[in-house]
Amino acid sequence: MPIEARRSDDGQTLTIRVEGRFDFSTHQAFRDAYEHSDPAINRYVVDLSDTTYLDSSALGMLLLLRDHAGGDSARISVENCNSDVRRILAISNFEQLFNIR
Amino acid sequence: MKVLIAEDSDSDRLILSALVRRLGHDVFEARDGIEAVALYAQLQPDIVLLDALMPRMDGMEAARQIKALAGERLVPLIFLSSLSDASELARCLEAGGDDFLVKPYNRVILEAKINAFNRMRSMHQVLSDQRDQIRRQNESLVEEQELARRVFDNVAHTGCLNADNISYHASPMSVFNGDVLFAADRPGGGTLIFLGDFIGHGLPAAIGAMPVAEIFYGMATKGFGAADILREINRKLCRILPVGMFCCGAMVEADFKIGQLRAWNGGLPDGWLVRANGERVAIPSRHLPLGVQNTEQFSASMTVLPAAPGDQVIIMTDGFPESSNRQGQQFGEAGVRKVLEQLQPGEAPFHALMTRIRQFTDKPEATDDITLCVLTIIHQEQHQAQNDRLTESALAGPVDWHCVYEVREQTLADFNPLPLLLHICMEVPGLRRKSGEVYTLLSELYNNALEHGVLQLPSEWKASPDGFGHYYQERKRRLSQTRGHYIRFSLGHQPTETGGRLQVVCEDSGPGFDFERYFEKVSDTGLPSGPKYAGRGLAMLRRMARQLRVHGCGNHVEIVYDWEAVDGNDRAQPGHNETQRIADD
Repeated sequence: MPIEARRSDDGQTLTIRVEGRFDFSTHQAFRDAYEHSDPAINRYVVDLSDTTYLDSSALGMLLLLRDHAGGDSARISVENCNSDVRRILAISNFEQLFNIR
Repeated sequence: MKVLIAEDSDSDRLILSALVRRLGHDVFEARDGIEAVALYAQLQPDIVLLDALMPRMDGMEAARQIKALAGERLVPLIFLSSLSDASELARCLEAGGDDFLVKPYNRVILEAKINAFNRMRSMHQVLSDQRDQIRRQNESLVEEQELARRVFDNVAHTGCLNADNISYHASPMSVFNGDVLFAADRPGGGTLIFLGDFIGHGLPAAIGAMPVAEIFYGMATKGFGAADILREINRKLCRILPVGMFCCGAMVEADFKIGQLRAWNGGLPDGWLVRANGERVAIPSRHLPLGVQNTEQFSASMTVLPAAPGDQVIIMTDGFPESSNRQGQQFGEAGVRKVLEQLQPGEAPFHALMTRIRQFTDKPEATDDITLCVLTIIHQEQHQAQNDRLTESALAGPVDWHCVYEVREQTLADFNPLPLLLHICMEVPGLRRKSGEVYTLLSELYNNALEHGVLQLPSEWKASPDGFGHYYQERKRRLSQTRGHYIRFSLGHQPTETGGRLQVVCEDSGPGFDFERYFEKVSDTGLPSGPKYAGRGLAMLRRMARQLRVHGCGNHVEIVYDWEAVDGNDRAQPGHNETQRIADD
């Protein structure tokens, strides 16, 4: 399963792991991962440690998640990016919108 | 179902025909291969039962001919054979047979085989129908895209992309890859280029591109700067694009007159300024793409770089560095950097990049997905000469007119009337070529009236770098106190034998200033010593206009600008100028 969502023990954080290519083919699965999540969730972690590639449609999906999580007040961190993925996020200046670690 | 039976033995044929008929099918009989092929061509049966050994033409040859006649149609061929030798049976299948039936015939097996092949046949039919439908739909999609592209081309046209100092590569259908490239001459002199890359492909990207083209060309010709245009594009895209869709882009604004380059990059790979001496300056992405942030958060701040003739600016979409070779390796931004590092003196970066990417990908179609644009900085005079070559629109426009436009109160702070005024002037056929000068005239008059007239800011403040900052702070503060003030433009145009005469009167509600002393200062001392931050405005007006008159106490300035419709670089001659002060008007 390329997309895996897990809730933290306190039920407030949703961690979404993306495995392999994060591109348009994962669109539906990525949306499903957060769309029907528990309303108690107030923090999101997108774990990209096993993500090999990220394209511009993935950037669009991150924006959709941000919108879902409250837009400017969203608490989303994007974690464990490899250097290629980090580079793409940097070109688009997404660090202005997400907490990238 | 129509079943063709080819069998030379009369008794065998009779038995088989009876069997098949009893299963409810229409049967047609042939006695040898030649008859079988002829009947097939005539009746197009759905299944063919074929004896392997027949006189005149055997089953193998008949099978080959029938398969050739059937073309894409699936016609199950079942060989009838008393042979039990495995290699013989295999030969039947090699000749194009789909199965075989060994004599004596078993009714149950025969029925099962006919039914099985019928299922296969109808599945094949469904698949071919679907394929044909997809093919037709694809054809009409391509046709529609071609049409849509023509509509888009009319909106986006090429602007000044074909100018001698611009080289670019863009696939004709690039708008459906989400790439857009626009270029326009600035009315104040210089060139404006926008390269955009919508995420996603196809129709949504192309639809998003339309308003961007309208905004870019509409605002550029009216004299808006790059930052204003970017803000407007961002505002529009935010409104029309769904969340998750946006446009990476870069804007380059080159001012040839003062040798300056202003650049903005939001989400595209590094752009480059390659100087004539080989020095390279990166123009990295410092902003979020367009259509992501709302107007309050959006930053249109531009990077300012000095640029001299011969310098080249390179911008590209990510398709360029992401081009891959046959081994699946990407060209990469490092590849771009390497090409630029290895440029020979005099070698054009555009050709070097395109040649290298073609070698790297080794696929001619690989360049379909990339957009690359290189702008060469040229001398202002050269640019002027290029523009003069442009053919004038044959459409007639207003040549004899007069209008008054007054901006007052809070509007003085909120609104810049210059694009509107320039737009009115540019409706005069032939005057568009002089748009740079007309824009300069209008903006100098307006800025003088606003800053020195209405806001009473002393231009001496601008004499030092510190004062410069103070000046602009104070300007902002005083703009909030414009009660009872106005700036009034009276514009008029008349045709002359050789072109036209534009008359501009600019009045303001300020107390005026000592005009005579100002001109003494400027003309007697010649060039003032030290860095010159201000005072160039009126001198510039004097140089360009045929006549400059100051009425009253200095808050009423009148300019007469003569222009000639004939080609050439000759502008209004400074020797003819008159400057007068009319004491009491």
